[in-house]
Order: sequence, then structure tokens, then C-alpha cells
Amino acid sequence: MHDLTPLTALGTQTPAVETIRGVTLAEVPNLALASVAARVGYETACEKNLADLLNAPTPEPGQYRATEPETAFWIGAMQWMVMAPFDTHENIAAMIKSRLGDTASVTEQTDAWVCFDLSGQNIEAVMEISCNLNTRKMGTGDAHRTSIHHLGCFVLNFGPEKIRILGPRSSAGSLHHALKTAMISAL
Amino acid sequence: MSQKNRLSGGQIDRTKTCNFTFDGKKYQGHPGDTLASALLANNVRLMGRSFKYHRPRGPLSAGSEEPNALVELRSGARCEPNTRATTAELFEGLSARSQNRWPSLRFDAMAINDKLSNFLTAGFYYKTFMWPAVFWEKLYEPIIRKAAGLGALSGKADPDVYDKGFRHCDLLIIGAGPAGLMAALTAGRAGKEVILADEDFTMGGRLTTEILSVNEAPALDWVRRTVAELSAMPNVRLMARTTVIGAFDHGIFGAVERISDHLAQPETGKPRQILWRIYAQHSLLCAGATERPIAFDNNDRPGVMLASAMRTYANRYAVTPAHRVAIFTNNDDGHRTAQDLHAKGVSIAGVIDTRPDAPLSEHFQVIRGGQVVDTKGRLGLTFCDVALADGNMRTIECGALGISGGWNPNVHLTCHQRGRPEWDNSLAAFVPGKDLPQGMRVAGAAQGLFSTHAALSSGAQTAADIFEIAPAQTPTAEDAPINQTPFWYVEGCSRAWLDQQNDVTVKDVRLSHQEGFRSVEHLKRYTTLGMATDQGKTSNLGGLAIMAELAGKSIPDVGTTIFRPPYTPVAIGAFGGRMRGQEFHPTRLTPSHFWAKERGAVFVEVGNWMRAQWFPLAGETNWRESVDREVRQTRASVGVCDCTTLGKIDVQGTDAAAFLNKIYCNGFAKLAVGKTRYGLMLREDGMAMDDGTAGRLAEDHFVVTTTTANAVKVFQHMEFVRQCLFPDMDVQLISTTEAWAQYAVAGPNARNLLRKIVDQDTDISNEAFPFMACANITVCGGLRARLFRISFSGELAFEIAVPSRYGDALMRRLMTEGEEFKVVPYGTEALSVMRIEKGHAAGNELNGTTTAQNLGLGRMVSKAKDSIGSKLSEREGLTNPAGLSQVGIKPLNPEHKITAGGHLMKIDGPVDAAHDQGYVTSAAFSPTLDSMIGIGFLKDGTTRLGEQMHLVSPVTTLTVEIEIVSPHFVDPKGERVRA
Repeated sequence: MHDLTPLTALGTQTPAVETIRGVTLAEVPNLALASVAARVGYETACEKNLADLLNAPTPEPGQYRATEPETAFWIGAMQWMVMAPFDTHENIAAMIKSRLGDTASVTEQTDAWVCFDLSGQNIEAVMEISCNLNTRKMGTGDAHRTSIHHLGCFVLNFGPEKIRILGPRSSAGSLHHALKTAMISAL
Repeated sequence: MSQKNRLSGGQIDRTKTCNFTFDGKKYQGHPGDTLASALLANNVRLMGRSFKYHRPRGPLSAGSEEPNALVELRSGARCEPNTRATTAELFEGLSARSQNRWPSLRFDAMAINDKLSNFLTAGFYYKTFMWPAVFWEKLYEPIIRKAAGLGALSGKADPDVYDKGFRHCDLLIIGAGPAGLMAALTAGRAGKEVILADEDFTMGGRLTTEILSVNEAPALDWVRRTVAELSAMPNVRLMARTTVIGAFDHGIFGAVERISDHLAQPETGKPRQILWRIYAQHSLLCAGATERPIAFDNNDRPGVMLASAMRTYANRYAVTPAHRVAIFTNNDDGHRTAQDLHAKGVSIAGVIDTRPDAPLSEHFQVIRGGQVVDTKGRLGLTFCDVALADGNMRTIECGALGISGGWNPNVHLTCHQRGRPEWDNSLAAFVPGKDLPQGMRVAGAAQGLFSTHAALSSGAQTAADIFEIAPAQTPTAEDAPINQTPFWYVEGCSRAWLDQQNDVTVKDVRLSHQEGFRSVEHLKRYTTLGMATDQGKTSNLGGLAIMAELAGKSIPDVGTTIFRPPYTPVAIGAFGGRMRGQEFHPTRLTPSHFWAKERGAVFVEVGNWMRAQWFPLAGETNWRESVDREVRQTRASVGVCDCTTLGKIDVQGTDAAAFLNKIYCNGFAKLAVGKTRYGLMLREDGMAMDDGTAGRLAEDHFVVTTTTANAVKVFQHMEFVRQCLFPDMDVQLISTTEAWAQYAVAGPNARNLLRKIVDQDTDISNEAFPFMACANITVCGGLRARLFRISFSGELAFEIAVPSRYGDALMRRLMTEGEEFKVVPYGTEALSVMRIEKGHAAGNELNGTTTAQNLGLGRMVSKAKDSIGSKLSEREGLTNPAGLSQVGIKPLNPEHKITAGGHLMKIDGPVDAAHDQGYVTSAAFSPTLDSMIGIGFLKDGTTRLGEQMHLVSPVTTLTVEIEIVSPHFVDPKGERVRA
């Protein structure tokens, strides 16, 4: 067991949590991520293997599929991102590769992203200051790519009062600031 | 404080008082007032001076079409010039100043211009200030700018913030008058997502300004009930104080919501305004209509205003501009103003109607077939001269004159996609044409339907048609026939003002025609008709009508100028949003950023990245001392540099090697697993694009590194190649730049330091892990990591990568474990110095104009395979052996400076562009050589080592004697990197 202490993307040892007028913005460092891309000629097999892993069909474009413990969302043609708790899936790329074998290319993406959960009533007001997604129309299971403060982000709708935002880790501070500013402005 | 012109009724809140100042004088008004209505209530008609002649002016309108009553609102950094007093909501403590006057509004010395008006006609500046040309910028322009213009900026940074946002809807309704409200009811009740936007702070449009009945009750009651019903609908969003400024492509609209303009200052953290981008499946323009004035001599005195504005001030704001008023009209609408004001106790001096059969009134005198031909009053209207139908003249005493020349539909937004309005003869007005922006429909007065009933029913029916649903039931309302005939100006007038904002008269239009500027676009530029903040909302049609008459054409044949966004002026801050100052763009922080900050690092922006530039120590007095120390210590023992910013692209697939063989000009197919290779990418045209390394972690797995600057561009290029050029290849790409914290560990003790970090089962001896090796390893007791033996500094060096969350801890560990070697962190400056000493190309050399041959890498372009750019790199112009080659540059006197960007000239040749021999791309002081050094490109450079030349910079008059040397100043044989 190594002895290096991790930092969150915002540079702290404990994740940041901010609540403004009933809406909470929380960093979620307990998240492991890996991208899955089907190998050419193995698309069907890859989809099947991933579906077996999820114990559910692979998500369609603009969608995610949440199962326990993995959740997968569509990121491109025959490409998905799989996320799971970091505590149990720190080695997520190897874990998935062992299930998908040569049908897929799997790449660790855990620390490529910072994850924020935005929860509470009226989160749509915050999102419409932040990005051009129509969050009023998004439903549970929707996952879209968008730009927030010029940063390419994924936005997953976890229900009427919870949205997950994945943004580039190196810009975690800028993204956090943009979201917090939007909360103060909109709420 | 007296509000002597305040009437009874209105929609102001008389339970509260707002104190405000205008030109330093204290006044009082009420919530619900605008600045203009409050000033009128206090008997202030004079609110500004005109643009050119500095003529006294008061409000012409009661809305956003206002050309005259422009003020500097607020003070200090929040001062905003050119704010329309007619739309500025009154709040406690408001302060405003008149503008474009000196020394005071009542006595303006620049009003001398008015006396010189015979000289200062349209085109005066163009004709007079043509020569001498040098006078224009230095003399004429400053004088003209001083004399003319509107308000002035504060020159201070705007303390407020602005947001940008995005909204989506099934139906965007622009204008919340009777048509807009009915449309919203229809679509809202059907469950459609509706946005109802109105520039006013109160919804209802003209229903809030008229004494009308709807469903046989006051119209205002119906408005309040309707707005309440709409407010209760979760699918309907009411956006008051929101001006839709433009109709853009694909049903996208821009809208400015004034969140805090009605407050003394925004609440903490709240924006002043939000610029919304509204994505609408459908839009319905219910923007209403603007009353048009009639031109006659001296029709611009304070107190002369649109009759509908006079009615608005009376009915909504309970204000009259004077207690004795007259009306000049060519239609029944003017009579309505007289009736409403009479009902409120205002004395009607007379209604002058151009029609011989105008309706009479039992309450006031109607002068049939009369025309107002002139006015009197130095700073405000006192009398108007009326030409009677029988040819006699009569002077009428009045403090205000309402003018009504009919109504023009507000078609502006229908034309933002280059559509043209159509002329409607029955209305003598332009109405929306057929070529509307995508998804747009028009209803109500904006469509030319001027009666209240027509507006209500058309709003409901159009919304119903859009969605194929039933319309909301139209309430009963007046449905008077519209009898609108053209009457643009009074015959024989001269200084009759068409465009009051730009001081354009009927005479100016005649002059424009006389001098050949007859196209409507030329008319606009020659006279400035329709320019500036009001964009000619009250003036354009009058100017067109006169030009048409002079040219012997019809108005539609003369046409209109192009309508462009924004509909009303927008603060530049709203376009910028939050992206200003330090938030202009997002920043990217390296994994060691917080540690580096603790160490006092000086940071530099590299794209969005913040990179440590150097790490100053106590006692160091300048950056060079820090950088020199970092270089010396790295070369003497060991240094660590965060190189996370280099692009990292994960390349996997059974064709990964074959793919890289296409991407790179040199071979990668046979690269062994566990090895790294330097690679050069060419563009399709054969020029060098980027360089980097690719490490093979498995048969089907590579990690490609790119330069920091080109990380995104290279990834885009590779994706293009994968998807478009070689879609059959089994290769998958994804960026992992941010996923791994990567540090260069360089110097003779690099291996010794890493041995304290790398877990025991990995042998990093030179034999087991030679130069250009790579491997997946573990560090610090089991953390997965990647190790590459590559060197940018020219020293024995490694790059070690761990998941980013552990990057901070790894850096701290390297520093702790490296204490025995006096390890030093080094920044981008030392990095750059060492790579110049080593002669490694970087962004300065890979500058888009250089080839592999220029870079001394010509032999890397493999002839044994096809790769992107390889064929075109063989073009004659790119393969000339006497072409530019990369060389090193050293001053003969080490004290002398080498300057990047300087050019190389023969020592005895002329110094000019024709004899240019090459140029310097990178330069630095080398603490290793104790001299400035540089690298650059020199014609036939490889054969000219040892030649003495001049380095010149014509821009700075620099001339330095230099010697051409090998670009590899340090360890040219590469022994250190292989140690």
C-alpha cells in the first residue's frame, strides 16, 4: 500500500461543499472513471460485454445507465465512460479491461476529470446561467456534453433535484468558481 | 417638494417617495415613475441638448424610441451615459445629469452652433475638413469631438457584473401587450413552454397607458388578472425589463434582462444585467407600434412630444408636461389624447387636425384643416403658430404640444435576417414582409392591427395557429376602424426636425437629394438620419417619405435601410458577461500548483495553464539569479520540473502502430514494447507541425506526448486522420493529459533520486532501463505509475507520471528524498534555457514555417513508408540544401545580447531585407557557458559553422557580432542522456 496522500481537484484533502439558498455544490472525489471504446470489428461483442458488466443495455447517445456499482454514459460512437466509486474501483481500467478483453480499448480517466454534484431545488436556474443545455427538459438518465465557462463538460441528470457535472480536472478551480458564481447570481 | 404637474390616478405608488437629483437639483417622484415622468411632474421639460446644434430638448416619447431625453445616469464608476430618461426607472437616490452642454443645461455656450446652422448643414464636415489631411486627426477631430457627441464615459472600471445565460422555449413572445398576453394565455394553457418578454417593467403594453375597457371593465384589471394567471403557470416564464435585441440564426434570440437597473446598485453577487440567448422553436413578435411625428418648423422645443406619449404620461404616470396643452394630429388618435387629458383636468388649448372633416368635441376646440407651422419658447414651448384652413394664422398659448401622425408597426426584429418590410397602402406604413426569421410570426400592432380587439384576437389566433390548438377566448374590447393617411411634414417648412437625435431637418434631406445622395443608404450616411442610440425609430419613415417625394418615387420604391441588432443599445459589459479581468478565460493548474505556490513560485500563463516560471529563494534579487541557479543545480545534481502540461494522448488498438506510422514522418511500426521514440509530425503540406515522443506500453497501446501549445491541435488532427482518412484502422484515441501528473527528473543524480521513489521490483539501471525506455511501474509502495527515460534538458533524465490526485504528494516526496542531492525544482525558464543549450526545437522553431529539413531532421522523414506530409515535404522549395538550417548563435562578446526575432546579416554585406540570411528563434543566457546563446535558422547554415555575422534588429537598432556554431551547445554527443 503506497503512502502518498491524494488531493482533491480543488487542492484540498477534504472535498469542498457549498450551499447557497438551498442548492448545494459538492465536489465528488470518490469517483473512478474509465473510457471504453469498441475495437473495430468487435463492436457488437464490446456492447454485449459492457451490457453484461452493467447488467443492463449500454446507454444510447445522450443517456447514461446507472447500475450498481458502475454507471456508464455515452461519449461518442461506440464509446462510453464508466464511473464507479473510487474506494472500490481505483484500478477501474484494469477491472473493466479484464471483462471486455480485446473487444475494447480501455483507458483510465479517473483523474482527468473533476466531478461536482449540484443538488437542491431550482438547480435549473443555476444551469441556465452556466450552459446552453435545456435542463428544464432533461430527465433522469440524460447525459450531455456542453460547455461551461469555455470548458468542455459532461452533465448528467440524476433526478429533478440533482445534476452531476464532470469537467476538466486542471480547471477545477475555474469551473467551481463559475458554478458558485452562477449559484449566487441565480438563486 | 412640489410636483406641480402631477395629476390624479396613474399607476405610481403614492405611498412612497423617491428622492432624486437632476443636474444636482433635488426632486421627488414615486415608485413606478420613470426619470422622465418624475421630471415632468416637477415641471422640468428641458432634459438635454441636441447632438449638433445644442438645441434645448425635452422628451419626445415615453419609451425606448426616445431620441432626446438622454442623460448620464448614476455617478462615479457606475455612471452610464446616453441613458433614456423615458425608460430609466426611478429609485431612491437616483442621480442624473444632462449631457452635451457647457457650462449648464439652461445656458449652453455651444448653442452658438444653432446660430451657424446655415453653415453647419449636412455634409459640412465632409466638405470642410478634407484638407490638409494631417489636420484631421490632430486638430479637426478633437475639436469636433469636443463640440459634438452625447454623454461621456466615466473612464473607470465598471464595478458591476453581468451574466450570460441560455433559455429554451416552445414559443418566445416578444412584447407583453394585448397580443402578447393573449398569445401567452393560448400557448401557456396548452402546456407549451412559453417565454413572454417585455422591455417595460410593467406588463400590458399600451393597455397600461390607455383608458380602455376589456370585457367591459378597466383594461388594467384584465392585464393584472392575465399576468397573475400566467405567473401561476410553471411552463410560462414572464421576463419583464427584458429587451429582445436581435433575431439571429436558427430561431435564436438575444435578450437583455435588466436585473438591477431599477436599484441603486445590484445586490451583492447579483448581476446588473443578463444577456440571454433564447432558443425558441417559434417566436411571436408582438412589439406593437410607434407613433410617428409630423415635421414643422421648430417642432423640437421641450414640451413638444408624441401625443401617445402625452397620454402615457397622463394615464400611467399621472403627469402632464404642462397644464395647458394643444394637440396636432392627422388622425383620431390625437383626439383620444385630448379627451384623456381633459378628463384629468388639463386645459386643452385646441386640437389642430389637418383633416377638414375632423370630429368635433364638446369639451375642447378642434381646428379643422389646421396645421401647426411654428413654435415659440426659448427653453420650452410657450406658443404655437397655427395656419388655419382659411389661410389666416392663429397663435395658441400652450406649454406642451402633442403630435400624432399615425403609427408605424415595430417591424425591426422581422428584418434582422435581412428580410424587408412591405408597404401597406391602407396604413401608409411598412408592415412585416413575408421573409421572416425562422419560426417567427407577427401579431397585433406590429402586424398593422391597431385596434385593441384586433391585437387581442390576433395574438390568440396566431399562437393557436402555430401549435394547431384552440385560441384563448378573446375578450371584448374597442375595435375602431383605422383611418391612417400620410402626413409627414408641413409644406414650406425648413428647420423642421425629422431626426431629433442627429439634428437632421427636412432641409437636410432636400440637400442630400440635391447633392446626389439619393439612395436610402446614402441618405443615411450623408445626413446621419437614423443613426445613434434610437436608430431612427421616430424619424426614418419621415426622411424616406420626403426623399420619395423629391425623387418622384413611392416610399416602398425608395425602400428602407437595413435593420440590424441590437434593437436598443446594450452595455458592452453585457456582451462580455463574467469573462473579464482574471475571469477572462479559465485557468488550468498543474498537479504541483499548490505546492509551487507554497514555495513562492512565480507563475506564467502558457495558454490557459499556469506554470511555475522559476522558484526564487531568499536573497535572490532578480529572476536571472533564480533561473541560473536552477540550471546550474540541475546540471550539477538533479532538478524536478512539472511537465504535466505536455499533451498526452492514449492510442490503443491493433492498428495503433500502423496509425502512428501515418501520423509521424518517422517509423513507429517496429518500435519495441517498453521503448519510446522521438517523433515528428508533418502537416499535409509537408511543413513541420509538432514533435514529441510516443512510448509503447503494449503491442496495442502507445502514449503519445505533444508540445503544451499544440496538445489540442494534435489531438484534433489525429482524430481527423482516424475518422476521415483511415476509418478502417482499428485505433482508438483519447486524451489523458489531465489524468497523469508528470514530472521531469533531470541531472546526474536523477537515477539516484528516483531509486528512492520507485519500488524495488523495477530496475532503473542504465542497462535495465536505458535511454528511451518506458514502463508501467509502481512507486512509493504500490502506486501505479509510468516511467519514461527521455530528456529535454540534455541531462540524464526521466519523466515519471502518477495519477493526478497524487501529484502533489509525489512532488513533495521528490523534494524530501532529494534533499541529500540538493534537489532543485525548476520552472519553465530554466527548462527553456536547458533546451536551448541542448539545441532542442520548441514552439519558436516549430512555428508553422519550418520543415523537417530546416530543423535538421530531414533524414527522419522516412522514404520507406507513406506518412502524412511526407510527399509534399519533398517539394523543390522545401528540399533546397542551401535553404534554412537550424544553427546555434553565440556573441563574440559574451556580454552582448542575443535577441529572438533578430535577423542574421553577412558581416560585410548590406543590411536590408533583400540580403537577409536568416533569423533567431530562441535566445537565453546560458549559465553553463556564461554567455548569451541563441538558436535560429540560417541559409545553408550547416556549411557555415564558424562564420562571423551580424545579428541586427532594425526595430531596435541592435547590431551584435556573432558566430555561427552548432545548435548543440551542451553535450553534443549525447553522452549525458545515455549515462
